[in-house]
Amino acid sequence: MILLELLLGFLKVGCFAFGGAYAAIPLIREVVLSYGWLDDEMMSYMIAVSESTPGPIMVNLATYVGSSQAGILGALIATFAVVLPSFVITLLVTVLLKAVLKNAYVQAVLGGMKPCMIGIIFAVGAWMIFRNGIVIQEGTLLLRPLILTLVLALIYFGAGKVRKGGISPILLICIAAVAGIAAYGV
Amino acid sequence: MRLILELFLTFAKIGLFTFGGGYAMLSLIENTCVEKKQWITHDEMMNITVIAESTPGPIAINCATFVGYRQKGFFGALAAIVGMVLPSFCIIFLISMFLDRFLEISWIAHAFQGIKIAVGILILDAAIRMFRKMQKKWTPRIILLSAAAAMLLITVFSLRISSVILMLAAGAISLVLFLAARPSAKGGDAA
Repeated sequence: MILLELLLGFLKVGCFAFGGAYAAIPLIREVVLSYGWLDDEMMSYMIAVSESTPGPIMVNLATYVGSSQAGILGALIATFAVVLPSFVITLLVTVLLKAVLKNAYVQAVLGGMKPCMIGIIFAVGAWMIFRNGIVIQEGTLLLRPLILTLVLALIYFGAGKVRKGGISPILLICIAAVAGIAAYGV
Repeated sequence: MRLILELFLTFAKIGLFTFGGGYAMLSLIENTCVEKKQWITHDEMMNITVIAESTPGPIAINCATFVGYRQKGFFGALAAIVGMVLPSFCIIFLISMFLDRFLEISWIAHAFQGIKIAVGILILDAAIRMFRKMQKKWTPRIILLSAAAAMLLITVFSLRISSVILMLAAGAISLVLFLAARPSAKGGDAA
């Protein structure tokens, strides 16, 4: 039965998808292809849509696959299944957190993990800006992505200097969407 | 009841504007939950992000659950998580029903050209903010630099190495340094 398959398939994804959406995508692909829900091409399309719409990519993908297989009920069950493991795990961790965090050994481990995580986030952000801002096509550097990047960076980091608190991330997303349409047309 | 509703609405707003995965959301959480509403402190956010990174599932769900639980227990966590998921659920469901060629709609594709760059900026900004509040010591700085370099290599050459491996390695190195720094600890612990 497809609903049970969706539940089990996405519970598996929710339980084993460590390290964010980009690490989870290969796992989701494997689960989806192994159940024969979609072909590879449709799967790639759904990944692209999930990346371009708001919300956690893993949750988007679960909703999309569930909906394509069994309508709204399928979407609900797949979404529920992908969210459940991390919800339960985080609840447990939060309840136990204070006691565990005081432990000196835990502190030592966290003391190494935190800077490591900042380094990872730094690399991911820098790479995203580089990849989307410096686009070379047929040997020439495209100007529009570069200008778009410089303008957005100037607006965001400049606003922080001019006004206390700067502009909010939500406002930046809105400005960026408008700027993208302005640069490339409707 | 009012707080439950506030949690739901706040996370619905965050969910609606989170593009490009969990790291981009850290800027929104910092901006909303730490600076504006002061539901959690920056340190707590760092802790939960580390935990989110080392437990399975979407980082967004880990953060929403944590903040919700801190404010209003189990039902607070539930409200936050439903808020987080609901907007994208509706959007994706509508797309799957009515829009076969969503990505070929030109103005959406063009808007997304801009959004992709903004997401990169937000992620970099989250890293910079965390770096500024980090302890000013050499060990964490070296770990940060090595992790950034390793992650760049992994991304540029599309190696199949999970960032979790880097996190575990950094945790292990830090623990070893901690144990090495206090050789008398053995006797101390036994006592």
